[in-house]
Amino acid sequence: MNLVVYWLAFCGGFAIMSMELLGGRLLAPYFGSSIYVWGSIITVFMLALSIGYLLGGRATLARVSVTRFGLIFLVGAALMLPLLLANEAVMNWIFDRFTDPRLGSLLACMSLFFIPTLVLGMISPYAVRLLVEHRDESGAVAGRLYFVSTLGSALGTLATSFYLVLWFEMNTLFVILASVLALCGVLGLFAGRRR
Amino acid sequence: MAVALLGLGVSSAGVAAGKVVHRERSLYQTILVTQERNRLCLQFSVRREQRNQSCMNPQRPKEMIFPYTQMMLATLLLNPDPQRILVVGLGGGTLPQALTELFPQAQLSVVEIDPAVVRVAKAYFAYKPSARTEVIEQDARVFTKRRLKALADPEDGYDLILLDAFNGDYIPEHLLTREYLTETRGLMKPGGVLAANTFAISQLYDHESTTYTSVFGKILNLKLPETGNRVVIAQKSGGSDLLATLDLRELRARLLEQAPAVDARLAPYGIKLGKALPKMMVAPDWNPKARILTDQYAPGNILSNRRRQAAP
Repeated sequence: MNLVVYWLAFCGGFAIMSMELLGGRLLAPYFGSSIYVWGSIITVFMLALSIGYLLGGRATLARVSVTRFGLIFLVGAALMLPLLLANEAVMNWIFDRFTDPRLGSLLACMSLFFIPTLVLGMISPYAVRLLVEHRDESGAVAGRLYFVSTLGSALGTLATSFYLVLWFEMNTLFVILASVLALCGVLGLFAGRRR
Repeated sequence: MAVALLGLGVSSAGVAAGKVVHRERSLYQTILVTQERNRLCLQFSVRREQRNQSCMNPQRPKEMIFPYTQMMLATLLLNPDPQRILVVGLGGGTLPQALTELFPQAQLSVVEIDPAVVRVAKAYFAYKPSARTEVIEQDARVFTKRRLKALADPEDGYDLILLDAFNGDYIPEHLLTREYLTETRGLMKPGGVLAANTFAISQLYDHESTTYTSVFGKILNLKLPETGNRVVIAQKSGGSDLLATLDLRELRARLLEQAPAVDARLAPYGIKLGKALPKMMVAPDWNPKARILTDQYAPGNILSNRRRQAAP
């Protein structure tokens, strides 16, 4: 069971950084690839993750289960839908109304990435709660969990920038990421039922 | 997987360490101005192997030292008297300065992302934008999209566009896609001419070629094998359509007819297109099946580090 939780956390970490990297490429045709476009992206992702951590932690105060853990992934995948279906429309709308590319890229990034990333931010604290059984081991468990999820992030960054963009179109990659998250969610639901 | 093929890039003429006259870290790169013998050179980014971006002989400031600038100016054989000109990427200001002097009546737009480059070009490379020049410090993609939305009548578009935004180390991938070229084509007047300083080696050569032809149809392929330079020349349909209608031999003959008049004007810049053109014109030699680069698929930096396979 613990292995499933670690595996899901790994996939969550992978998806977050892969999405962040693709975000820069998604915004470039409208807002350029200037330093402030990357600034907007990193700001939005960090902000979303910080709030996600807070909410994920809060969610563990109610009854916790692997099933509910899986639901986080399903919701995160579902909330990527606007990004998948409407990214051009959203960026066009913002491009026409805001001429300052700093503001434009920040708004575009906020509307496309903030909510799915926030939900994915809930994964880590929730996973810690699922894995910790005694207070003495809580630090060790948290360390291991962050190791696994951040390793996922590192691999997500590497795989996306070195290989995936060479093999797939960007929209295909977003679909793949959403599907992986949805599969993770289903895996969580199954694992939760078997318990 | 990716075979590192560092070295040779877009403008790989001089590789030499000179005395550093000015060094500046900008938002985007490190800018160096170096003095070597009678050359003042602009370099971006510091590596063991420094690559000159633009060079000038202060005693003879007009003289063009890099062969790719004369390849870019071969566009004048197709359009000898441009009235509205767009230059993307300022560098040392060599091309915009020459165009300002050659066509004082023309409206010139220069787009450069890095304000520090604009300052350095003015301070060290005698770049003097005229009253008819607008220098726009902006990402070229953002500029193009905005201009396109504002352009009501294509007849008011540019009749000459020079794309010179790649410094060889890092490729802004959003400036090498079908969508970007389509937007740029939208900024052109019918019959207008475009030249792009691009990549002669690596797999990117094939991909950018098919990307250009997907937007412009036939293109003129200029290469100087000994320098690693490559320039793509394209024309928007609706005007003379020379590029689309003539085969390579007819086109060469036609362009060489224009050469004496153009060369007379270009003499102060040390350019002789009549002599250089036959050496530069190369028949299409890329893989026509190479995947077209789009906003969705733009791995330019990866492709530029992969060795080319022989064309089928």
